[in-house]
Amino acid sequence: MKRFLGFVKKEFLHIFRDYRTLFILFGIPVAQILIFGFAVSNDIRNAGVAILDLSHDEITLKLTDKIISSGFFKKTETLLNYKDIDRVFKKGKTKAVIIFENDFGKKLISEGKASLSIIADGSEPNTATLVTNYTTAIVNDFTTELAGPVLNNSIRISPDVKMFYNPNLKSHFMFVPGVVTLILILISALMTSVTITREKEFGTMEVLLVSPLRPIQIILGKVMPYFILSFINVLLILALSWLVFDLPVKGSLILLLAECMLYILMSLSLGILISTVSANMQQAIFISLIGLMLPTVLLSGFIFPIENMPKIYDYVSSILPPRYFIVIIKNIMIKGTGLMYIWKETLILIIMTLVFIGLSVRKFKIRLE
Amino acid sequence: MNNTVISVHNLVKKFGSFTANDNLSFEVYAGEIFGFLGANGAGKTTTIRILSGLSIPTSGEVNVAGFDAYSQTEQIKKNIGYMCQKFSLYEDLTVKENIILYGGIYGMSKSLIRERLIELLAKLRFQEYENRMISDLPPGLRQKLAFSVAVLHEPKIVFLDEPTGGVDPITRRQFWESIYETASRGITVFVTTHYMDEAEYCDRISIMNDGKIVALDTPERLKKQYNATSVEEVFIKIARPDT
Amino acid sequence: MRTIFYLIRKEFIQIFRNKFISKAIFAVPIVQMLILVPAVTFELKNVKLAIIDKDMTSESRGLINMLAGSTFFKVSFSTFSEEEANNLLHRNKCSMILQIPSGFGKDIGNGKQGKLLATIDAVNASSAELTWAYFNGVVRDYNMDLIKKNITSGSFVPLPRIEITNRYWYNELLNYKYYMLPGILVILVTAIGFLLAGLNMVREKEIGTIEQINVTPVRKYHFIIAKMVPFLLIGLTDLALGLVIGKVAFNIPFEGSVLLMFFGSSIFLIAVLGLALFISTYSGTQQQYMFVAFFCMIIFILMSGIFTPYESMPMWAQDFNLINPVAYLMRINRMIMLKGSTISDISRELYSLVVLAILFTTLAVRRYRKTV
Repeated sequence: MKRFLGFVKKEFLHIFRDYRTLFILFGIPVAQILIFGFAVSNDIRNAGVAILDLSHDEITLKLTDKIISSGFFKKTETLLNYKDIDRVFKKGKTKAVIIFENDFGKKLISEGKASLSIIADGSEPNTATLVTNYTTAIVNDFTTELAGPVLNNSIRISPDVKMFYNPNLKSHFMFVPGVVTLILILISALMTSVTITREKEFGTMEVLLVSPLRPIQIILGKVMPYFILSFINVLLILALSWLVFDLPVKGSLILLLAECMLYILMSLSLGILISTVSANMQQAIFISLIGLMLPTVLLSGFIFPIENMPKIYDYVSSILPPRYFIVIIKNIMIKGTGLMYIWKETLILIIMTLVFIGLSVRKFKIRLE
Repeated sequence: MNNTVISVHNLVKKFGSFTANDNLSFEVYAGEIFGFLGANGAGKTTTIRILSGLSIPTSGEVNVAGFDAYSQTEQIKKNIGYMCQKFSLYEDLTVKENIILYGGIYGMSKSLIRERLIELLAKLRFQEYENRMISDLPPGLRQKLAFSVAVLHEPKIVFLDEPTGGVDPITRRQFWESIYETASRGITVFVTTHYMDEAEYCDRISIMNDGKIVALDTPERLKKQYNATSVEEVFIKIARPDT
Repeated sequence: MRTIFYLIRKEFIQIFRNKFISKAIFAVPIVQMLILVPAVTFELKNVKLAIIDKDMTSESRGLINMLAGSTFFKVSFSTFSEEEANNLLHRNKCSMILQIPSGFGKDIGNGKQGKLLATIDAVNASSAELTWAYFNGVVRDYNMDLIKKNITSGSFVPLPRIEITNRYWYNELLNYKYYMLPGILVILVTAIGFLLAGLNMVREKEIGTIEQINVTPVRKYHFIIAKMVPFLLIGLTDLALGLVIGKVAFNIPFEGSVLLMFFGSSIFLIAVLGLALFISTYSGTQQQYMFVAFFCMIIFILMSGIFTPYESMPMWAQDFNLINPVAYLMRINRMIMLKGSTISDISRELYSLVVLAILFTTLAVRRYRKTV
């Protein structure tokens, strides 16, 4: 037992002396949170809009003004004819072109309707949709103003909306859980796989194996510091989100931390498994980082909801542990639900952890023979 | 005396507050086999790294192959060969590929490289190993090959840092035969070792202890001076004067 | 000068002799592209809806039918209990609850406003907004229908109406794949180049083979260039493979000049590789390097505008992106592929990339020490 503790202590010191790596270990989640919280957003701000006004009357000018001064848009150019549209899109600064037809104002007043075209740059679909929606809303507002009290007669249905769990529609509600999921699995799996593979590559694994320490003790000893580091990371992320974004943990904090520990355990065992199939550090890094990173970000439901994907991805993502953890963490943090609602996902994570450990033990034994 | 290829006056090398080389002075002459002896940690590797242009001295005058070790390290490198204890050849390249690489780096023409390759393989009786990877070679062969590659471009001086570490006595003998043969071609050999018996093979030796040179002469004269039958005895007498 | 060729030759031999890497650098991008591209979409489809219809009139049913008929929604549950509906929301079984209070149909018939209450799972704020927008769209359409019906009963006052037509150029159907594929490709190429090149360099340091190079007359810039060239070529090959897959498997359009794209990507790779090698001079072990590289990569990628529009970022973020090569390539690739932008359209981005390429490579060469 004393030997084991000595070994663990050595591993700890090894890590904590490496200031650079430590700094980055904690720096990554901080940076991610800050970026997701402050830099990245789906909102429209300063979207470039170009106007092709074939009418130039009081109404078009008023409407143009209303659009530009809404705060979402920024006027890039005034176009003179249709040929300019392609040119201005190619330059990249303009996201949409608004076209007023000939005699817009006259037609609106005399015939009661006029045509307006919104041509959006579809190469950025998200922006295109939002720009179109916002512009449409502004135009509808304008129509309402024009019509005045008459309008009441034709709005028959007024829906009210309650944005549940996230009344202010803050985007970090989704990002923070995602960041936690991503960081934990990457760091835990990556660090573990690399540190074990390193011993393999430099031949020091043999030295460890012939020492009085049992293989399970070696693995545990290597993995323990990262467990603690990852856990500290979780606390750091949660504290930061609370301080910076006012994002509390709606549900039980204890349950959340317990689930995090389970997830960390799962990631560590995944890292161990990766190390058993990697001959050297380069491979371990490649598998852990490039193999895990994009699928976790893109397929786990972090950014793109799984429901929107083709049916088959439901099956594909079902082998990805992050998919389950995201559900768990979102439920506890933001929806405030208890274990009752997430027992299925929790169970799956437990099973996965056991499977990874089992496979690793088997591979390890084979190697020893 | 023959011309001096290496001249060192009052060389000092400090790492922080630790002095690895403390006021060393010596000269090495063309064509000789100069043994740089000392226990592990005495400072030998530090010196050889300075001489081969890998490290800059803290103070003192150092001249290698006619070039200054402070400002002309790249010129030095053109004229020397180097074989270090940790590694010399790329494990994942074949014998032939390593030779082509180093030949090319030292500016040898394709035909010259070809020529030397064939010569080398014949001399070492290596022909079957031409396309074998270094990692597949038996260790004794590795050192011999590494040495041959180090002198492939016929440099003025070749530096060998503990070249015979971990090698069996027969291979060591053969290795030293190559060293003789090289020296006879006019290439100066500067070799560090902690095997005192190898000292007997050198023209002159110096013994380092704790960063200082404590002896510098031919093996014979040193043995006479210290009334010893072997260089090892000389070393012990110097290092522990009270025994 | 010839030295560079000998060194490059050695690098290539080493890379391709490595059984794992030589396969992974081509297999991984291909596999990831095939798997990831179809998955990435913000499009909402089949949003699961739970309906609480306390009205049960033809008007309420008309609305429900319209929702069921749209591609965005899927009426999954129907209940009378608010508690049960909330439960469904908690358990992620539905994303939205629509409550139609009793009296809805009556109100509409009497010319009053019919009220509705939508409760949307807003954990994912952008999805929630989109859901709300689509819902409003359906409501508007239904509203139109009701108005038309009323015309025949004569109680309708015509209202000035602006008819809005929408069109999406370059991507008519707003196919997200078109948007994301260049993005994913850029990420893969960046990751592979950044990681492998730097790891390679640090590995030589760690094993000690770099000493043998330092003791030869090889110039610093020879060595650095030789480290970059193989990965430059590998990166471009990956790019080519990715584009072929894009075309063959996903029918991604390619409007612009292929040559221009490769030109831009080459400069990008030089910048990224230069940065990788620069960072590697600060790292003693592969593990250390991996972390620093990972850190930089994540930041660059997130800030590059891969998911979200560049212009929406705050000023400080846009300033940061001045030195973010990934941001430039993201824009360049999307613009060339989807819009056919020409060299003059992307001249600013190209110019910045050139500056970065020169900057990072110079830093790498200067930092590298043959003599310590």
